[in-house]
Amino acid sequence: MSINKGEISEAEKSALLAISTARTLEDLKQIKIDHVGDRSALARCNQGLGKLEPNDRAEFGKLIGAARAAVSKEFEAKTNELEGIRDQEVLIKEKVDITLPGNKFSKGGLHPLTLLTNEICDFFLGLGYSVAEGPELESEWLNFDALNIPVDHPARTMQDTFFIEPRDSRLVLRTHTSPVQIRTMLEQEPPIYVICPGRTYRADELDATHTPVFSQVEGLVVDKNITMADLKGTLDLFARTIFGAEVKTRLRPSYFPFTEPSAEVDFFFNGRWVEWGGCGMVNPKVLKAAGIDTDIYTGFAFGMGLERTLMLRHGISDMHDIVEGDIRFSQQFGVGGI
Amino acid sequence: MKIPLSWLEEFVAFPKEIDAKVIEAALVRVGFEVESIESQGQDLSGPLLIGKVVEIEELSGHKKPIRFVSLDCGEPEKRQVICGATNFASGDHVVVALPGAILPGNFKIAARETYGKTSNGMICSAKELGLGDDHSGIINLGKNSDLKLGSDAIAGLLILDTVFDVSINPDRGYAMSIRGIGREIANALELKYQDPVNRISIEKYPENKKGVGVKIEDAGACSFISIRSVGGFDSTARVPIWMRRRIEKCGMRSISLAVDITNYVMLELGQPLHAFDADKLSGDLRVRLAGKDKELKTLDGVVRKLNESDLIISDEKQPLALAGTMGGEHSEVTEKSSRLAIEAARFNPQYVARNSRQHILSSEASRRLERGVDAAIAQYASARALDLLIELGNATYVGSSQSGTVRMPVGVEIDSKKISNLLGMEISVKEIIRLIEKIGCLVEIRGEHLKVTPPSWRFDLSHYSDFAEEVARQLGYEQIPSTLPTGKKGAALSSFQRRKRFTASYLAHLGFNETYNSPFINQTYLESLGFSGDRAKTFKLLNPMSEEFPSLRTHLLPGLFLTAQRNLGRGARDVAIFEIGSVFRNTTQLPKQRVISTDKRPSADELKEIYGGVPKQPVMVCGLVAGKIQKDGWNSKGANFEWGDAIDLIRNLLGEMVNEYEVLPSDFAPWHPGRCAEFRVDGKAVAHAGELHPRVVANLNLPERSCAFGILLSEVPYSESHKALAVSPMTPVIQDLAIVVDHATSNQSVLDVIRHAGGPLLERVELFDRYDKIESEKVSLAYTLTFRSPERTLTSEEVAQVREQIVATLKTELGGELRA
Repeated sequence: MSINKGEISEAEKSALLAISTARTLEDLKQIKIDHVGDRSALARCNQGLGKLEPNDRAEFGKLIGAARAAVSKEFEAKTNELEGIRDQEVLIKEKVDITLPGNKFSKGGLHPLTLLTNEICDFFLGLGYSVAEGPELESEWLNFDALNIPVDHPARTMQDTFFIEPRDSRLVLRTHTSPVQIRTMLEQEPPIYVICPGRTYRADELDATHTPVFSQVEGLVVDKNITMADLKGTLDLFARTIFGAEVKTRLRPSYFPFTEPSAEVDFFFNGRWVEWGGCGMVNPKVLKAAGIDTDIYTGFAFGMGLERTLMLRHGISDMHDIVEGDIRFSQQFGVGGI
Repeated sequence: MKIPLSWLEEFVAFPKEIDAKVIEAALVRVGFEVESIESQGQDLSGPLLIGKVVEIEELSGHKKPIRFVSLDCGEPEKRQVICGATNFASGDHVVVALPGAILPGNFKIAARETYGKTSNGMICSAKELGLGDDHSGIINLGKNSDLKLGSDAIAGLLILDTVFDVSINPDRGYAMSIRGIGREIANALELKYQDPVNRISIEKYPENKKGVGVKIEDAGACSFISIRSVGGFDSTARVPIWMRRRIEKCGMRSISLAVDITNYVMLELGQPLHAFDADKLSGDLRVRLAGKDKELKTLDGVVRKLNESDLIISDEKQPLALAGTMGGEHSEVTEKSSRLAIEAARFNPQYVARNSRQHILSSEASRRLERGVDAAIAQYASARALDLLIELGNATYVGSSQSGTVRMPVGVEIDSKKISNLLGMEISVKEIIRLIEKIGCLVEIRGEHLKVTPPSWRFDLSHYSDFAEEVARQLGYEQIPSTLPTGKKGAALSSFQRRKRFTASYLAHLGFNETYNSPFINQTYLESLGFSGDRAKTFKLLNPMSEEFPSLRTHLLPGLFLTAQRNLGRGARDVAIFEIGSVFRNTTQLPKQRVISTDKRPSADELKEIYGGVPKQPVMVCGLVAGKIQKDGWNSKGANFEWGDAIDLIRNLLGEMVNEYEVLPSDFAPWHPGRCAEFRVDGKAVAHAGELHPRVVANLNLPERSCAFGILLSEVPYSESHKALAVSPMTPVIQDLAIVVDHATSNQSVLDVIRHAGGPLLERVELFDRYDKIESEKVSLAYTLTFRSPERTLTSEEVAQVREQIVATLKTELGGELRA
């Protein structure tokens, strides 16, 4: 069988015509068989190449290749065009109301106190602090004695502290996370950089601003050359992390048995100074009770209530929302995404 | 403490431009929180007159007593007003607001018709005039007043004033007085200060052993006591209005001249005083422990049982007063008293604190004495009281006795460099000396060091850090720079902390909500849920918030139940909640703890004792699903959370923590005895999961088939990181295998046999069907087996061989037959 140039151009022309007049994807299927597939005129031309003189083969090969490429290109363009039209018509019918809910996933949430604790711990981890924890049922020695809180101190009365039976077990529900500081100092050599979050207990009736079970976070640093300026700088940075870059803080003289000098830390919020927590330089009596050499080391400590921090930051007006476990409350905070 | 500005002005020279706001800021800066500032009389305008009650007509037939009162207000005509109070009689002087007056709260007084009468004004209470909270009756100035009838009461009662309510920290007893606070304000504002003590002369009242004598029997309980005696005192003499008003402005009540004088001096100087009726005393006074004395009736009318260790004042016959806390009724000064003994003492603060705590009795005196008062002021304060008794009550001096010695604070040597170092700012020695002297210390330079002698009112200054606080306070804490520590340690969360975080986050992502539940529990409730053994051994609180919940939780589920109920009660239909927290199990005998010294680090044995006294407190995670985990949707049914889901969840969670664990059926309360899985690691039970006991569910009114799980997070060991297996890219051969076994045979045991017999070529085996209706006592379990070799494509012969091996082993080990 021989081929001539006219045949090739004829086949190309008729293929292109067929493609251009196709109306549906069905039409294209037939066109593919007739003009593009193995039994099309152009395919047959291609099969005839072998019988040509070697001299002609290259030339004809080129011609056929060009023709097939042109047809393929048009075919693809047409396919795209017709598929586009089909999509317009068919997929539009599958359109849904995307505001309808799915139902495979339930929304869970971490308690905002957990989220805040994690946020605070992460901040201090970044500063090189470890996170220290300790038991909630604690020895009086660690909760009071070692913190320079004498036996007759008002904090030790039954109105403030939960005691465990029998009284001579000297067990209390810790009234602050400070015993964790003592444990840390007893168990580690300085330098000490720790942050201590945890649940704490005081015999206060539950009301809008008090709860007998609450959460605290305390920080303790014991190292050479630790100053009150370091305490101030650390609290400044801490406050800015929690309450925003613009927040102003101030230290105000105060009294705690376990610090000297002592201070309250306030921050400026909604046009007034709000008390945030207590702090100071660790009282040398406390360092001594933990066996730390006060000639070499100084330290600072601070502590704040997490519920209060949360209430201030999120405008929560009633403590009940934080302690009652109504999931509608914690769901507002999600799992801590940002 | 309430501090009237007018009283401060007596000792502090305030320039005009200093107002209440400036004083408040100064107080806060030096460490005194200002709770409130009351501007008395600011929103009060007259006419407000002093009147005398002439006649009282009791109006009957009303719900409460109503009086129609005729008043002499120095006007030509008597003035009639209606009054609902009854604490006055004819002849008493009262405060009358005339029509046109405006009382605080924009309360306009006008003549009005009421109770069938015309009321031409109002007799006022302290509260109505904005002078305090007392609304129990009207202000009664008594029958003989030093104020003129018809005179302006705003001026006469010294109403215009500013009162600061200042909270005093426990280390600053000296500041619970006009003297102390005055000094602080003067220092803070750099103003001239006149110490009220300077104008008191004690030479007038020398110790002469006349009058009532005194002896301290317990030297540790009291360092010094002074008793001064007077005679001829006129108990009916009136309290001058200036004294009465100052006492009232400080939040106390005027009682009688003798009592008011002791209170007045206490408020001014900070030294509590007590007046005894000397005619009621038998012999000398003693300061001693109660010992065998059994009871004492105090001034508030309460008969108090004395503890052996209570500190008391007694005479030779009986206890007279709870020292530093409250006087006794027997020797109380009355309208008939004429010979008085005035006590001023410096008791050991700890003894007063203990008195106050033992008897749950906090008084103005005890609050000062337990903080510690000026060591040198007792004699001055009692001399001041005598001046006033003589001047205002016509008393004559009899004599003075004293016991003990005035014990002054000890001088200390400090290194001023350390103060700068502690504060993190350079302060010159000169400046440090200036600031320390300002608070009343004497400073001598001793080479590199400073020898500092604190003033008699400062017992809290013994270490350089105490002086650092004083220096910083005087400079203002705002002067301290803001730096960060330069030393640092690398840090990471501990394994346990990471485990807790992961667990919480895992559950929250699955749709669980974290809760923090109350750790207080009721033993009966706990037992009603089926908890027994160690899990029912609670710690009891000595002083629970409520008798309903007197114990500590031993498990987290009871708290989760209550929280689920609360949520369901508030309209939730399905609840998936969890908690991570400590539980407290009273399983070991609590050792009796000694009080161990804090002067130095406890010895190894002492530490063992301290730590050994604290019981182990495991940390758990527990979860509860009441209802559906997947809600019903508009397009599909939701899904219940079932026992298998609870068990799967724990498989996944525990699988994150350890490489191997066992799962066994369990009948652990409060779970369903046939639908609970126990998870063991190294043979120890660490977790449970499944459906809750139907009876528990019914009793708690939870949705049917509610499920729960719990892991003792702190008891799960940490596995070594597992060796990663290479993943084979070869084509798998996948086959199904259905086997019929006895009904009682568990999926797990079939899986174990298949895995074992399948050897290394069996990559995976998964149950895809369970059919138990073939014949009685039999069940068909169908598995998908995935075979794969790490290095080649398996031939069908190889697979067939392994499969035969599996089938054969199932038959011999479990009696399993291939399902036809």
